[in-house]
Formats: sequence, C-alpha cells, structure tokens
Amino acid sequence: MADAELVMLKMEGICKRFPGVVANNGVNLDVRAGEVHALLGENGAGKTTLMSVLCGLYHPDAGSIIWKGHPVRFASPRQAAALGIGMVHQDFKLIQRMTVAENMMLGRQTRGPYFDLREAARMVERVSADFGLPIDPRTPVRQLSAGMQQRVAILKVLAGSPDLVIFDEPTSVLTPQEAESLFKMMRSLVASGKSICFITHKLEEVMSIATRVTVLRDGRVIDTLETRQTNPRELARLMVGREVLFTIQKTPCAPGEAALGVQHLTTAGAPGQVALRDLSLEVRQGEILGIAGISGNGQNELAEAIAGLRPVLSGSIKIGGFDTTHWRAEKITDLGVAYIPDKVRQNAVFLDLDLTHNTIAKSHRGAPLAPHGIFRMRVIDGHVRRLLTQYRVRAPSPRTLAKQLSGGNLQRLVLARESSRAPQLIIAANPTAGLDVGATEYVRTQLLEERDRGRAVLLISADLDELLALSDRIAVLCSGRIVGMVAAADADLEEIGLMMGGARAAEQPCA
Amino acid sequence: MTDPESGQVPAEPAARAQDPSWVHAHHVADAVLRALGSLGMALSAIVAAIVVAGGIIALLGINPIEAFRAFFVGSLGSKNGIAEVLVRATPLALAGLGVTVAFRAGVWNIGAEGQIFLGALGAALVGIYAPPLPQPLHLLLVLAGGFAGGALWGGLAGFLKARFDANEIIITIMLNYLGILLVSFLVTGPLKDSSGLIPQPQTVPLPASAILPKLIPATRAHTGALLALLVAFLVWFLLKRTTLGYTLRSAGANPDAARHIGINVKRAVIIAMLISGGLAGLAGANEVSGVQHYLTQDISSGYGYLSIAVALFGGLEPLGVILASLFFGMVLVGSESMQRAVSVPVYMVYIIEGLIIVSMLLRQLAWRRSK
Repeated sequence: MADAELVMLKMEGICKRFPGVVANNGVNLDVRAGEVHALLGENGAGKTTLMSVLCGLYHPDAGSIIWKGHPVRFASPRQAAALGIGMVHQDFKLIQRMTVAENMMLGRQTRGPYFDLREAARMVERVSADFGLPIDPRTPVRQLSAGMQQRVAILKVLAGSPDLVIFDEPTSVLTPQEAESLFKMMRSLVASGKSICFITHKLEEVMSIATRVTVLRDGRVIDTLETRQTNPRELARLMVGREVLFTIQKTPCAPGEAALGVQHLTTAGAPGQVALRDLSLEVRQGEILGIAGISGNGQNELAEAIAGLRPVLSGSIKIGGFDTTHWRAEKITDLGVAYIPDKVRQNAVFLDLDLTHNTIAKSHRGAPLAPHGIFRMRVIDGHVRRLLTQYRVRAPSPRTLAKQLSGGNLQRLVLARESSRAPQLIIAANPTAGLDVGATEYVRTQLLEERDRGRAVLLISADLDELLALSDRIAVLCSGRIVGMVAAADADLEEIGLMMGGARAAEQPCA
Repeated sequence: MTDPESGQVPAEPAARAQDPSWVHAHHVADAVLRALGSLGMALSAIVAAIVVAGGIIALLGINPIEAFRAFFVGSLGSKNGIAEVLVRATPLALAGLGVTVAFRAGVWNIGAEGQIFLGALGAALVGIYAPPLPQPLHLLLVLAGGFAGGALWGGLAGFLKARFDANEIIITIMLNYLGILLVSFLVTGPLKDSSGLIPQPQTVPLPASAILPKLIPATRAHTGALLALLVAFLVWFLLKRTTLGYTLRSAGANPDAARHIGINVKRAVIIAMLISGGLAGLAGANEVSGVQHYLTQDISSGYGYLSIAVALFGGLEPLGVILASLFFGMVLVGSESMQRAVSVPVYMVYIIEGLIIVSMLLRQLAWRRSK
C-alpha cells in the first residue's frame, strides 16, 4: 500500500536475544518520511531494544535494516548518526559534571588534537537557534532541570542533522508543560520532513502526537495502526493482551478500629526540605486514606516518620495500639508495617543483586528465613519461588539480577515482599508512577484487595485520579500540614486542587 | 549493559521458569559459562602480560626464555618454591579477604597495609607479654590480638566515615602511614630488643608457644595457609549465609534501599570496617607468628596494597581471592628467582603486575564491547 518513495526505514525480521531473554522476535517495522511513528508496549515489550538495534547500539542476531532503500549494518551509534539516525535516550546519557557545550562535543570528531570550547559554544548556539530551543552552552549539565537536560540531549542529536530521530519515553521525566512543548517541537520536526520514532507506554501520548502506531508485546509486533483509526481502549487491549479495566470496581468501605493514629506530629526538616508541623491523622482497618498534595510538601517525611526512618520532634504515632513514636525502623517493620517507598528503583530494590536478595528484604532477620541470624537456604528458596509465582513476577530464575526486570515487574516484586509479611498497615508512595496500564491496574487491584482483607492503607500519590479511584478518604497535605480532609465519594477535584495550592491554608501558599 | 527493556523476559521463558529442571540446567550452564569466561579472560590477560614482559626483558639484553624458565622453576619447580609461594600467598589472601568484606559493603578500604602493621603489633604484644600458656591457647590469643589490632585501625576509619561522613579512602591511606610509622617508632624505641645482640630494630622473638606450626617440614611454609582457607570459608559464609552479611551487602549495593528496609547503614559501615581491618590484622599476625617470629618495621612489604588487586582479581569472591592470592604469590616468588638466576631487576615484578592488571582491564573492555 505504501509508496516505496515514502518509506524511509524498513526493519525486517529483527531478532535480538540476551541471556535467558528474547527481547525482539522477528520484528518488522516501517517508518515513512515525515511521520511520528509511536512504538507502544508495556515495560519490557522490546521497544528500546528494537531502537537500540536501529541506532547501532546492539547488533541484531537476525534480520535486516533497509535505510532509504539500501540495506545497512551499523557497527556503532556513530555510524548510524553519520547516515542520519539519532536517538534521544531515556536517561539522556549526558555527563553531569560537564557543561552543555562539552556534552555536545562528546563523540564528535574534532579538528586536530585540541578541543575548541569557543567553537563548541558557537555550534551550540547555532543549533539551538536553528531549532528554537534556547540554552546556555556554558552551564554545567548537573545544574539543569530534567527538561533542560533533555533539551541538551535533543540538541546533541539534532546537531548531526538526522533524518530520523528516536525518542525513548521522553515524557517520563517532564512536567505536563514541558511535555507539551516537547510535542510542539516534535511536530515542527516532522513538518520539516524528518521522521520520528517515539517509544512510549502512555496511550494519551500516542493519540495526541503519533501518525501511526506499532504495538509490541513480548518482543513481537502485534499490529501497526493508523492513529486516526484506533482508540485508547483498543490500543490498551493490544498492548496488554486482554481487556483493561479503566475504572476499578470498589466495594464499599467497612472500616474497623484505628490501625494508625498520628497526633500533633512534628519532625525536623532537612535543609531545604519541608518538615511536618503539628500533623494529625488516622487510618482505620479496611480503609484507604489518600494523601494528596504537590510533591515536596511533606509526603516523604510523613511516610518516613511513620516507618521509623525519621526522628520525631514532638507528637505521637500509634500503630495497632502501640506507641511507636520513637521505635527503630526494624521494630516497626516487625510490628506489621509495610512501606513501598517513592522511586522504587532507587529506594526499594538492589538493582545489582539478584531477586532472592530483593525478595527476602525485611524478612532477612529471624525466623523463619534466618533463625539465629543464619540463612535457611531451602526455606528461602521456597519462599522466593512461591512469592515470584504468586505475584506473577516474570523472571527466568531467582538468580536473575533485579536490574533486568521491567518497572512493572519490580513493583510486583516489592508488593510481593511487603504484602507477604501480613502487615496491618501499608504505606504506599506513588506506587504506580512510571508503570504501564497493565501493571498499574495490577498494583491498584492489589491495594484494594489488601484493604478488603482489613488492612489499613496510607496511599500517598501525586496522581489525583488514582487517589479518587482508590481512597475512601483523602487528606490534603500542604507545607507539612493537613489542610483538608474529604470523603472520596463526594470529593471535588477542583476543591482538592485549590487546597493543594494552599487556598485553605491560612499561611503562605505551598511550594 | 542491559537496559530494563531488553532485560525483561517474554512469556515463553517465564512459563519455563515454572519448570525447576529447566531453571536448574539453565542456571548451571550459565554459571559454567561465566566461570569459563572469567578463567579464559584471566589466562589471556596473563599470556599477554608475559609476552610484553618478555619483550622488556629481551630489551634488557637477557634471554626471556631463560628468564621465564627461572620464573617457573623458582616458583613451582621445587618443594621449597611451592612453600615460598604459600608463604607469600597467605598474607595476600587474608588481607584480600578483608578488602573483599569492605568492598562488598561499599566501603573503599585502601588501608589494609596499615591494618596489617597494627595486627602485627597486636599479635607481637600478646605473643611476647602474655604469661606462659599452652600453645593452642597462646596461638589463639596471638591471632585474636592480630585481629583486634587490625580491627582497631579499620574500625577507626569506619567510625570516622559513619560519624563525620569522612572519605574513607583518604582516611585509610593516612592511617597506613600512621600505622607503619607507629610500629617503626615502637621497634626502634620502646619495644626494641635490648639484649644488644641484634643491631636491627626489632622486638625480642616470640616464645615457641606463640609460633604457628610448620606445614611442610624443612621449608618456611606454615599453617597460616590453612588459616587463610578457613577464613575464606568463614567470609563466604558470613556474606552469603547470614543476616549480618545480608545487611553488609545491602548497604554496599544500595544505601538508600538499605535504609528503607530498616538497615542502619552507618552501623553496617563500622562493622564492615571492623571485620575488614581485623582480617588484614590476621595477615599481620600471620607474618609475626608464622614467618618472622618477631616484629620488625618492615613486617609487610606492601602486602596490603597488593591485596586490593588480589581482592579485585578474585572478583570479590572468597574462592577467587584464594586463587588470586596464589597467583600473585607465584609472581612474587618467580620474579625474585628471575633476579637471582639471570639478574632481571626485581622491579620487574611490579611491571608484570601492572601489565596483568592492564591487559585484564583491556580484555574486559573488549569483551563488553563485543556484546
């Protein structure tokens, strides 16, 4: 159907294996000139692998790449870039200590042995003027916001005047405003005749920016569709492989006794951080209390104070009838407090260690896994295998390294480890941030199930829709205080938003 | 290397993961491949180093074939040669195991040398000044003294890091000088053998009850080698089979996550440095009680520094550390033999060490590239 002239790129039968994993299995993809082609798939569907093959980072085990009508083989990203294919990586791959100009020169040929900083700065200014993306070449990259760092990464690619630009989940680190301006820039790029491959797992983004979309699942192409002729529900089904519940069925709340009681809690604030001030709240058994608020208004401090990770200056914390205000974290954990911290990769798992290590965390002390401080390997092995199966953590073996798991699988693993300890209180901070629809649905369902089992859940989330969908009551946190408390059933989004912004707080507005 | 996308597992292997026999076979094959890979890598690095070293020796006007003959005959060609290799490998292994514990806990202990000197001092004090005791008890106390001396020096660095967030690399390097100079001061002054018979600065000899028994008769090989094997097992057991080892490895792998699962990371740093220093201290005790039989100001000739290379070469695995220590012991003994036989300067040993490390790194780099 496609006019051969229009097809910039054709990938045929691409296969790429890693030890224990088939990341791409006979993938076909074609990208036309002047289109935004979305690659949609769950975490781990093989999107990034496919694009890494395309930009010369990986060599495919099988398959061919036809670029502008000629078969090509890239030995390195530099070769791919020379032929006009550039990739903006999810983690940017910038050197934090270097300036913008220095980063832009990385991997480029210089004339002679010396590095002409002034020329580099001129180059940055030229490119940034060409594309209307202003930036100061002399600023060290580490001083830039995530959005600006991404701009540097994009300029770096654009400086090579590519015909095809690959964006790997570019919006995951951006604010909504930054994402909108990124989309604007992408539209102007395709308007000037360039093609874009856009890796994402977010359905709205596909619908708003992509011309066509190729859906990947488990390393295979499921379908390629015109965006105009599809809808989010169909895409979600193709991506996950079954119907996805966009709204979660929730049984009425049947709260029992207070599981967590916080009275007049005040904590010290780290420099530049918000401290909790005279904060009181209560979570009952079988209830989800949502904490709304603009991030950085004391959410982490609240979770850490309850979990025993942050010293309490005054006030009290009661968990299950015990005054745990000044207890050590280990003791609070053993009392039955599960804590799923914000930023799981950074705060909850050991990426360089195996799944066994990660799964037994918190249960690594005492019976039944480690009576007298010595591991019972058979018991541990059984425990780990059972949890991985029960919570459907997809991994070749318990010896697999955690960094090889996708975000959704890692979150499942953390959920498995926390819920398996039969907690009476679960603290969950942004438990679905960065997860695809399938994994998000799973995590939310699990939290509701825990609630229905009579456990108390403190759900801290930056996602208001998530709070409204899961919580029974919602408390609004602002500048370390609770500024409002509403029942989720009759919560008004706008009212909560105003409270988050500090409209009801008598003092200064929130950060 | 692998990004989260590609590392993720599609449905098929996940289904197979339910089948334990498959997992087992897969796991064993994987482990064998990995072991063969790293062994091959080490061997090719060594071969490359030997070729370059041979070139340098030839430039010195010495026949490299003869030099290498002397190298291997001297180190592996006789009972005495093998005994000497064991004598050199033992302190390297003990200190290397100490370094392993610290590095696994994420603490960069560069201070094994100083910890060896403090361990030697502790062992010598217990050996010389303890009341007459039966040999097993006296030996045990000597070793405990060595451990305590090293643990003091290591623990001090750990405490400074935990309490004041001091950089442990700088602290441990500084403590090396302090430890070496402290022993130097003591053996030239307060602890010097005052019999007047010995001109060198050293303490009086240890009584027979404080001396490690011989391993191979009529050589210098002593039972410290068995101690090193035992310690290797204990370190493996500590790291892989105990709650304490779990906390140390967690703190080393990701301090943020360790804190969130309730581990006191500062405490872990101090414990790791106590153990690490203690094991280096055992190397010092081993030198005093097994080799020299008195304390001198050159009780360790750089074993502490070399033990860092030993630990890294051994892949921070106890068994690997033992093998690496034997290899480096052989390099030390062989180089001295080359010097005696064909007068290759003894500095050649540093060149060979450096060459092996560099070629190993290059090999690793090439291997990663090819993936």
